[in-house]
Amino acid sequence: MKFVAEINVMPQKEILDPQGKAVKLGLHNLGIDSVDNVRIGKHITLEVEAESQKAAEEQVEIACKKLLANIIMEEFSFVVTAV
Amino acid sequence: MEHQETLPTVETAKKLGLLPEEFERIQEILGRVPNFTELSIFSVMWSEHCSYKNSIVWLKKLPKDSPRMLAKAGEENAGVVDLGDGLGCAFKIESHNHPSALEPYQGAATGVGGINRDIFTMGARPIAQLNSLRFGNLNLAKTKWLVKGVVKGIGDYGNAFGIPTVGGEVQFDDCYNVNPLVNAFSAGILKKGKMASAISYGVGNPVFIVGSATGKDGIGGASFASEDISEKSSEKLPAVQVGDPFQEKLLLEATLEIIDSGCVIGIQDMGAAGIICSTSEMSAKGEHGMDIDLSKVPTRQPNMKPFEILLSESQERMLIVVEKGKEDIAKKIFDKWDLNCEQIGVVTDTKRLNFYQDGVLVADVPAEDLVLGGGAPVYQREYREPAYYQEYKKFKIESIADLSGTDEIRKVAEHLLSHPNVCSKKWVAEQYDSTIGRANRNTNSPSDAAVVKVHGSEKSIVITVDCNSRYVNADPEEGCAIAVAEASRNIICSGGEPVAITNCLNFGNPYVPEVYWQFVGAIKGMKKSCETFGTPVTGGNVSFYNQSSDEGPVFPTPTIGMLGILDNPENRMTLDFKAAGDLIYLVGASKNDVNSSEYLYSYRGIKASGHPAFDLAEEKSLQDAVSKLISSKLIASAHDVSDGGLFITLAESAMPGQFGFAINTDAAFRKDAFLFGEAQSRVLVSVKADKLAEFEKALQTDGVRYSALGTVTSDPNYVIDSEVIVAAKSAKEVYDNTLEGYLV
Amino acid sequence: MKFGVVVFPGSNCDDDTIGVLEAMGQEAIKLWHKDTDLQGADFLILPGGFSYGDYLRSGAIARFSPIMDKVIEHASNGGYLMGICNGFQVLVEAGLLPGVLLRNDKQKFISKNIYLKTQSTNSLLTNGLDTEKAYKIPIAHAEGRYFADEATLKQLNDNNQVLFRYCDENAEITEASNPNGSLENIAGICNAGRNVFGLMPHPERAADPLLSNTDGLEILKQLISSEVLA
Repeated sequence: MKFVAEINVMPQKEILDPQGKAVKLGLHNLGIDSVDNVRIGKHITLEVEAESQKAAEEQVEIACKKLLANIIMEEFSFVVTAV
Repeated sequence: MEHQETLPTVETAKKLGLLPEEFERIQEILGRVPNFTELSIFSVMWSEHCSYKNSIVWLKKLPKDSPRMLAKAGEENAGVVDLGDGLGCAFKIESHNHPSALEPYQGAATGVGGINRDIFTMGARPIAQLNSLRFGNLNLAKTKWLVKGVVKGIGDYGNAFGIPTVGGEVQFDDCYNVNPLVNAFSAGILKKGKMASAISYGVGNPVFIVGSATGKDGIGGASFASEDISEKSSEKLPAVQVGDPFQEKLLLEATLEIIDSGCVIGIQDMGAAGIICSTSEMSAKGEHGMDIDLSKVPTRQPNMKPFEILLSESQERMLIVVEKGKEDIAKKIFDKWDLNCEQIGVVTDTKRLNFYQDGVLVADVPAEDLVLGGGAPVYQREYREPAYYQEYKKFKIESIADLSGTDEIRKVAEHLLSHPNVCSKKWVAEQYDSTIGRANRNTNSPSDAAVVKVHGSEKSIVITVDCNSRYVNADPEEGCAIAVAEASRNIICSGGEPVAITNCLNFGNPYVPEVYWQFVGAIKGMKKSCETFGTPVTGGNVSFYNQSSDEGPVFPTPTIGMLGILDNPENRMTLDFKAAGDLIYLVGASKNDVNSSEYLYSYRGIKASGHPAFDLAEEKSLQDAVSKLISSKLIASAHDVSDGGLFITLAESAMPGQFGFAINTDAAFRKDAFLFGEAQSRVLVSVKADKLAEFEKALQTDGVRYSALGTVTSDPNYVIDSEVIVAAKSAKEVYDNTLEGYLV
Repeated sequence: MKFGVVVFPGSNCDDDTIGVLEAMGQEAIKLWHKDTDLQGADFLILPGGFSYGDYLRSGAIARFSPIMDKVIEHASNGGYLMGICNGFQVLVEAGLLPGVLLRNDKQKFISKNIYLKTQSTNSLLTNGLDTEKAYKIPIAHAEGRYFADEATLKQLNDNNQVLFRYCDENAEITEASNPNGSLENIAGICNAGRNVFGLMPHPERAADPLLSNTDGLEILKQLISSEVLA
């Protein structure tokens, strides 16, 4: 079976996100003062061949832990759907 | 003092990395049992990283005086050397080994940030950076990951910060498989009389924290750095620091502006051990105290505990003591650069640091007792000669056969040209902005050391980082003397005058007597070599515990960062051959020596041998003679013979201008020693035919040995004893592309 | 000519640019990004650097700086404007020059000497340059891969708006000499009005005999040559 995974990789909440911080400043300079806590991460989609939903999720979990996310600094979440 | 919490015991102290006797001593100092916040304060301030408790006894033996010193070792964040013309140069090297081992990108990036803050906190604008990197076996996936991460981290941070990286060194050896070394060097220029100091005094003067907000980054990083790396370390990882070069650039501009405004009493950057380190060191130096309200520190997260705020190693922050009444000047400058600038306390006459949170006194400690030179412990460590030392010395060149003929010379030549330790580091260098600042004179004309123009003056600084740790391992004393000598030789060969060094002492666990013996030996070698070349030690850092629990210590690696001055731009010398027909000479003596050479180590596979031939007096007279040849305009190029020996030196001189060379070996020496040995005190030069008589006469007058090797040719081949060893083009291709081949 | 060099908080080539202009005997002033007064500058330069950290996309945030409205107005009125490296990125983000600058094809920052071949002498920047010469100029960027859609590219070529292409040391425009994967080796362009210029390489870093390269000075000198002639 083929599955599609939608993965979000975000900097951990406790960790400084220089990118989000600079973008927040830019938004404020534009007059969009109401925004706060801008954090910037990555959105990754991929297809995975697996026997079951559970097996697919396991594969994606491994992919996230080993490569897609740097678990020292980033956290990840994903949704796997059959196609 | 509130005592609602349970007071810590000696067990807690041990968990924080303190010894039982240190816990006793803290109780004596305070006259009571410390609370947890106070105990953490002592644990970081008395860690090796901040207190140098296991090394200071020996560091004090190093020479630190010279008429050129504006700030000597231990006085400020970095040493400052008088350049003349009313200018000074602040320079320093620092390690970021342990953070880089865990998260190479951020670890290396924050290392670059930290060393640059040490420079600009003194009022000096950084103008050039170098770095010295050590990695494990390049065939390992982990090593590749580390190399890519470290190089990208250094590049991304330094490139955005906008200071050129103008040189450095990269070495690979299995001993660094687990624990890479990342040493970053920066040099900056200040106007004499405008130097800022890391000091605090004047009762009632406001204390400001400026720059980034404080988060839970790197808490306990300082004490973390004082433990062996093991699998368990990974659990501490949420504490990794993240660098923000954009903030650093803003902080640079704002810092230089506020120092220039004249309202600053004292300023110190926050590196290891954060706020507690800056408040205690500045207060101790100025013999004053501070009342600090931790609730006023801008934080990234709510509800941070006092010890978290005090110990946080969040990057891009400074502590500034401003003259009372001039608070608005400070505010205005930091506003302009969109940076935090919060008053968090005042200077007091108590000589104590009182930290409050929400009106409650959470810690009360005497500043002087926390710092190096004050109450921080000082230890004499035991040391013992390791068994391997005498074993290594037993190696004799006669025990191996000389190269069998031209075919084997070709094989060794190819082995060395394609060896990661010898080949071009272009793959690394091209990821660093080296041309920003329009000051790097090496971009279009290479020399052994980097020559960087000082704008607004005729002068250039000449800088280099050097250490062949294989030599130091073979013999710490002679190996470290060689490291200083090579740095000096590189500066001489670039036309500069060596003036001072900074050191980054990377060693294993100091509690292992055999490791400490390496440390002591290296200091002894550094001392005698620095005295010979007139280059005092202006500071640097010590990094112990560079070892994994499994594989033993790394090679002792005392990296030498040397500063030289080039007063007259016309005296600059380069390493590349200039024209076909020029004569190639070796200045210095050939020797039947292959000790600790790359040839012996990796081609022959013999790891145990002594240090390469080296004599300080011989080295000094060689360098003096080469310096005179350059100022008398008698030579067209100069390149010191180092890694890979004479053959590699010839190839490196031939490559930039796409020349060939034809030389002859000398029957008095073994071929392997002559071509690939790494005996010290040798410089390869090229001479125009019309200067030849004068050139030879000068060396004869100076009593320095020299020998004619051959000529620079337009024939695109490297020829030895009339046999083509390799075509120039293929040699360059191999030399240039080896590293990329490993790292794509 | 009075030059105004716009300084964003993360600009780091402003001093280099001003230093070279002054060495050329020109008046050059800094224009702070939070200001809105061009102080009578005739020729504006957006220098290299990392304007706002360049975290989202290079130049994306800088484009909204207070001074940019004045810069756009200046250019719309036919005033001269040049972006170098990050400045070029800001100009394309602001829509003052066509196309975009993408991440280098090798996904890495590249710092090295490259060679440029002049493609059109019909502009103030290139007017006296030698079209057969390979000018040696340093680059230092991570996002310099020029890209434009087919229609834009055609327009650029038809109007001779491509001013420089990457070439080898013999002035041959080859794939191997393209350092970052730019479309058709494009290194520098101008707008249809020929008063706005953008280039990725740094001519200001090759303008000093002590650095053994003055090819960049030759290029920058064009900016004042016409004034001398006039």
